[in-house]
Amino acid sequence: MAVFKRPNMLIDVPLHYCPGCTHGIIHRLVAEALDELTEQDKVIGVAPVGCAVFAYNYFNCDMYEAAHGRAPAVATGIKRVQPDKVVFTYQGDGDLASIGAAEIVHAATRGENITVIFVNNAIYGMTGGQMAPTTLLGQKTTTSPLGRSVERNGNPIRVSEMLATLDGPSYIARVSVHDVKNVVAAKKAIKQAFQNQIDGKGFSLVEVLSTCPTNWGLTPKEALNWLTENMIPQYPLGVKKEV
Amino acid sequence: MDRQMMKGNEAIAEAAVQAGCRYFFGYPITPQNEIPEYMSARLPEVGGAFVQAESEVAAINMVYGAAGTGARCMTSSSSPGISLKQEGISYIVGAELPCVIVNMVRGGPGLGSIQPAQSDYYQATRGGGHGDYRMPVFVPNSIQEAVELTQLAFDVADQYRTPCMVLGDGIIGQMMEPVRMPEYHGRKLPAKDWAATGWKNGCGRDRAIINSLYIEPDRCEQHNLKLQRKYDLIAENETMCEQIMMEDAEYAIVAYGTTARIALTAMRKARADGMKVGLIRPITVWPFPTEIISSAAKRVKGILTVEMSLGQMVDDVRLAANGACPVEFYGRTGGMVPGVKEIYQQIQQMDREHRKEEL
Repeated sequence: MAVFKRPNMLIDVPLHYCPGCTHGIIHRLVAEALDELTEQDKVIGVAPVGCAVFAYNYFNCDMYEAAHGRAPAVATGIKRVQPDKVVFTYQGDGDLASIGAAEIVHAATRGENITVIFVNNAIYGMTGGQMAPTTLLGQKTTTSPLGRSVERNGNPIRVSEMLATLDGPSYIARVSVHDVKNVVAAKKAIKQAFQNQIDGKGFSLVEVLSTCPTNWGLTPKEALNWLTENMIPQYPLGVKKEV
Repeated sequence: MDRQMMKGNEAIAEAAVQAGCRYFFGYPITPQNEIPEYMSARLPEVGGAFVQAESEVAAINMVYGAAGTGARCMTSSSSPGISLKQEGISYIVGAELPCVIVNMVRGGPGLGSIQPAQSDYYQATRGGGHGDYRMPVFVPNSIQEAVELTQLAFDVADQYRTPCMVLGDGIIGQMMEPVRMPEYHGRKLPAKDWAATGWKNGCGRDRAIINSLYIEPDRCEQHNLKLQRKYDLIAENETMCEQIMMEDAEYAIVAYGTTARIALTAMRKARADGMKVGLIRPITVWPFPTEIISSAAKRVKGILTVEMSLGQMVDDVRLAANGACPVEFYGRTGGMVPGVKEIYQQIQQMDREHRKEEL
């Protein structure tokens, strides 16, 4: 009989994330996938700048904390020295899709054999709810107080679809963790992404739609509903590329 | 090994490989292109890796990644590209990672020119990036010295867990000179037990966290104080400076890099004409040879600082002289190089003015 327990790849400390935030679920899925696929001393992770900045306190392996947006470049440096390691970055949407847009595009097109966990909650969480590149049209944030408009702020960016046009990536998928069914599907995608790296197939990325009840101004339950009703139509789930 | 004609950039690249550098991350910019070009062919031969990054920003962050594993790695660029690397350099300092950064300086500001300059002195010696930090900066005056200092830079980097910069005016990168590639022996260095090489419970070291974030201000201050103690140690042990004919000198020229070679010719001409002139040539500009200049300032009648800038190192010379003697400045900038005749005239003028005062 399987016993539900803490994954070895997750350190037994309280997470700093806000109540109702789905980072905790995503951390657990990453840790479970790594437990199932590889050894603790085969993994090196890179934390971003953003809400997951302290991820190095949670993942139970050698970790880096990168400059804002630069995690894919840092991971490239690690992987080129230690190609036998499973190297992953864990990044938010401000980090990856805005300031780190160049780094993610070029790591992807080089086919850099790393895995990227991209957590998209359509807002800058850590800095207090500013507009992100992924903020939806009409969505109110502290820097789009009237709601994001095309005229004032431009359009949101679909990272997974964009990266799927490149030749380098071996696996790109968008998943969500708003209910059990989707959590199970997200785990499967994350595991596939790491498996591709282990198999030497090249760059893999899983975009995980996530909630930010604090900065969306919603209860955790309302946030899950908001994600389903508003984010998924803009950011359709599914495998965008698989080699 | 016999002497061979080598271009500065290629000689520096080969010297790095001889010193065990196996990973290079860079981006094209004149006048340093021969370094990444050389590395792209050479590193795969010795089991290393070369990555042409999408930007200088990415390149220095790839260095952050590689250096964190304990591997010897480097990047190179020229002034505008070095500006872009400053973010990464600050993080590398904060995370205490060893690496070597070469800056083949060109005229600025902005896109400036592609001709040689020394106008990145402030940027190199005052931090450049954000935060309270220092970085050893080596300033070769020949290709032979560039080769030796590049290898030394890797050792100093590893010994103190710090980035080191080799700061060459563009001439050092572009000219060819006979060079003897030294056999690299290297210092006895501490084990890299801090590196991220894969960790598991009970493997005999703590989990590596390559990081510059100290969210509690008291811990961040402690971290800065620790770095400061390291800088004090580097200043004590690693300051390098050459003095030529300073024993009986009445005037001193202070210059570094290619400018020091031109100044040396001017100095010899002045000596031949009966003026007692000596040369002080900093080989590290951080740490700066403050004591040597301070003590010289008490003996000489005047100091002339010559740079390929409008006066940056002269600030450090004046701080060292601390009013003990007049400190004059002569410089050309934007890619222009001071000539022997101009420097000679500056010495003559300093001498004339001093005699006038004596009358």
